[in-house]
Amino acid sequence: MIAIIDYGINNLDSVKNALDKLTIPTVVTRDPKILKQSRALVLPGVGAAVTGMQNLRESELDQLIINEVNDGKPILGICLGMQLLMNWSNEGDVDCLGVINGTVEKLANNMKVPQIGWNQVQIMNAQSPLFTDIPNESNFYFVHSYYCKPTDEITIAGTTTYGQSFCSVMAKKNIVGVQFHPEKSGKAGFQLLRNFINYFT
Amino acid sequence: MLTKRIIPCLDMTEGKVVKGIQFVNFRDAGDPVLLAKKYDEQGADELVFLDITATVDNRNILLDVVKRTAREVTIPFTVGGGIRTKEDMQRVLRAGADKVGVNTGGINRPELISECAQSFGTQCVVLSLDAKRVGNQWNVMINGGRTDTGISAIEWAKQAVKRGAGEILLTSIDTDGMKQGFNVELTKAVAKVVNVPIIASGGAGKLEDFKDIFTEGKADAALAASLFHFGECSIKEVKTYLRDNNISVRL
Repeated sequence: MIAIIDYGINNLDSVKNALDKLTIPTVVTRDPKILKQSRALVLPGVGAAVTGMQNLRESELDQLIINEVNDGKPILGICLGMQLLMNWSNEGDVDCLGVINGTVEKLANNMKVPQIGWNQVQIMNAQSPLFTDIPNESNFYFVHSYYCKPTDEITIAGTTTYGQSFCSVMAKKNIVGVQFHPEKSGKAGFQLLRNFINYFT
Repeated sequence: MLTKRIIPCLDMTEGKVVKGIQFVNFRDAGDPVLLAKKYDEQGADELVFLDITATVDNRNILLDVVKRTAREVTIPFTVGGGIRTKEDMQRVLRAGADKVGVNTGGINRPELISECAQSFGTQCVVLSLDAKRVGNQWNVMINGGRTDTGISAIEWAKQAVKRGAGEILLTSIDTDGMKQGFNVELTKAVAKVVNVPIIASGGAGKLEDFKDIFTEGKADAALAASLFHFGECSIKEVKTYLRDNNISVRL
């Protein structure tokens, strides 16, 4: 069972709908017991980092996620969920989960922010099974104002250009984060979800 | 590079698409979910559903369509029509819409836009702006384009973005249905004063119209209804044409 972490933010069902379509059993939950028993975690998210972290702390899910991930449980962070994996976010000056070293920064202000729409991912780590059957420069759907800046460059599995080049996919052992919404990114997005399930869980 | 988006629009009443559809069987013609799925498969970048009657009775039917669409399509979609309160918006989002269009409700009570942006994020609040040329300016029209508010469309766009609208769906009533091209002048004028993406709507009649609205009109996305419904040109044709004209699209 894949556990989609319910931490009081919108749009959890879109990830569930996508995994349903791939016939992957999921549960949307904040129950610590179920989260611990699950085969992998998905941390989705739309909205502000401050609210996201506040909700995780209030439901005491922050420490649970950190412990599970450090014990090797696979996790997929999507959009805000990816950003919350970092040490700190510039969006509201808030400490995040810190399972990946680095910060979250605002997109260049000479561009329209948020970035809304389809943009390409340049694959930096072609060996990663995360990109199985996904051609380089495939388009994914983005909606965001901030991006992750991992300290360790080897963590950067894919980049995207929007005024600047930024890390749109990160992968480190059991941890995967994507800035775009795979659940809203047509065929390429669904393939990425399938790859995460097949090769990381 | 961020691509330009092509967005089919489905106008609905009582849970059925109201403009005629040529390329599906008559039996399925009115089902918005089947149509949505078809457009997704054909390469649409997003979808827009507009509930054009938006009565209380229609509300539940609409929510059911939204729920079923969310299960079927693999791309984002916006739902508009009859959004008057934050609760209206929440229900549509909970049913599975990615963004919600606010039109008359925002003019009647501009705070609606700020409240929704604060609660759900600016990325899911789309200002649905219907504009019509009156004298030497464009005015905001409400109630399905029937009532002239006397408010300048340019000023309203600025104010709504300040309040938290993350995107503008800009429909030109003057060009809508005429098939003589989008309103380049209006779109360009709005794009100049706001820093959020603009979806241009109203007037698509041929391939060149899409090129013009992206290059001269500075639009980020282009919306069309009957052109696609009647199969006059396909989404793929539009995108291939744009690519051949050096406009970045998802193909």
